[in-house]
Amino acid sequence: MKTSNATWIIAKRELSAFFNSLVAYILLISFLGFTGFFTWLSGNGDVFFRKQADLKVFFMIANWTLFFFIPAVTMRLLAEEKRSGTIELLLTKNVSDRQMVLGKYLSAFLMVLIALAFTIPYYLSVSQLGNFDHGATLSGYLGLILLSSAYIGIGLFASSLTNNQIVAFLLALLLGICFQFIFGVLANGSTGWMSELFNTLSLTSHFDSISRGVIDSKDVVYFLSITFLGIFLSEYIISKRK
Amino acid sequence: MNIRIENLTKSYGDQKAVDSISFEVKTGEVLGFLGPNGAGKSTTMKMITHYLNIDAGNITIDGRSVRNTDMKKHIGYLPEHNPLYEDMPVIDYLRFVAELQGVDAVKLDDRVKDMVRLCGLNDEKHKKINELSKGYRQRVGLAQAMIHDPEILILDEPTTGLDPNQIVEIRELIRTLGNSKTVILSTHILPEVEATCDRILIINKGKIVADGTAETLRKTASGSQVLRVKIQAPSQDEVKESVSQLAGVALVEKVEGSENRLEIQSHVDQNVNEAIFRLCVDKNWVLTEMVPFETKLEDIFRDLTMN
Repeated sequence: MKTSNATWIIAKRELSAFFNSLVAYILLISFLGFTGFFTWLSGNGDVFFRKQADLKVFFMIANWTLFFFIPAVTMRLLAEEKRSGTIELLLTKNVSDRQMVLGKYLSAFLMVLIALAFTIPYYLSVSQLGNFDHGATLSGYLGLILLSSAYIGIGLFASSLTNNQIVAFLLALLLGICFQFIFGVLANGSTGWMSELFNTLSLTSHFDSISRGVIDSKDVVYFLSITFLGIFLSEYIISKRK
Repeated sequence: MNIRIENLTKSYGDQKAVDSISFEVKTGEVLGFLGPNGAGKSTTMKMITHYLNIDAGNITIDGRSVRNTDMKKHIGYLPEHNPLYEDMPVIDYLRFVAELQGVDAVKLDDRVKDMVRLCGLNDEKHKKINELSKGYRQRVGLAQAMIHDPEILILDEPTTGLDPNQIVEIRELIRTLGNSKTVILSTHILPEVEATCDRILIINKGKIVADGTAETLRKTASGSQVLRVKIQAPSQDEVKESVSQLAGVALVEKVEGSENRLEIQSHVDQNVNEAIFRLCVDKNWVLTEMVPFETKLEDIFRDLTMN
């Protein structure tokens, strides 16, 4: 009971720090702006152009927007705490390293959930336009949530390595690109078990199948593994100060 | 609660930041932690508050090791440089810390109000922390350390950045707290230690070089007494000569830049006040000043830490 409590208090503070600065608003507006534009207005490829009542475009664009959006959210989580020295303040309170890292993760996760919640009107309006596959759409949302969770894990880890927010941001992007692109390219370029390994590591294939409506436990495990690994490594890095 | 530190050691690479130090602090005691920069004061404090792990030795609070992380809740800590969440208003920040420290939700508002009053933050409580002057930031730092009414207070340079009035207030506050709690504070300001601390611990290069009250430190530093006297007499040279011949006097020197003043150092454990007075009476000189000259804490500090 006590454990979850400190985590929740830290997450709450972090979330209110997002909303007390401009960060949260800029990010929300750009996220909704990008996804909204490409889903509804872009002409070539939007819902009206494709004449299909689904959110495929949205999921694809959201994947890429979150790719930039999440490192911007996670970059300060631990790096800023280390730069300003407030980490010492937190960890000498009745708080363990793990609770702090989990609290930080939770705050970013809630931030993403809020952003995704603002896209529910897309869902509601597109579903009125024609034959709509609710199952596939919900599965797509689940995919986005899992994907975000993995990105947050990566971003949190990047943030734990440095006390410079920009470095944390770039590092998270770099790691993200590995999972989005490079592993995929390597998988195509190699053969045998190497190819299989890189294919398993590549994020794109896992996300594609979920966003099409196929929920495979392998994909879920993949995203959760990245999440837990990110959290675990961040905790490890933080505990190394000792 | 009593803190006992036994053979505490901490190394960074090859360098020993804290080298097998042992001491004890009891409830109702204010311990002043002195030492040059990099002597290991902050490192020791960070180990007590479990921010850093202990390499060797042990720290126990009422018999329980601080390796048990639940001991942290008994400690209030003001870190060096006083880091704070700059973008939070004072009152929100104090509420946040109180929640983290597990202050009862029912008592939380009262506790925050008490701290605001005690640390004189009432006019500033709705300001953001980055709008505050250094002195007020320091008060916020103290307030957050005390918010859960801990039995132990660890204060790393609590009065830096305060103006003289605030320093007096904070010292008084620490003294009052020290009656019922266990306090360890570190500082560079030597008069501060004398004003607030019951006991002084000087550490240098990770080792304890002195431990005791200001008085005992003085005694051990210089066993002999130094007197400053001013004697009005026809010839100062005669005065100097007669005084040096008195039994128990080790050294007589003229005080530079001041007429008729002599500095007299006695032999260890000998009191020469009376002899000087009788001498003046015999010779019919006028003794206008006789001041026992205390060895300054600064000198003791320099003696112990410069080598």
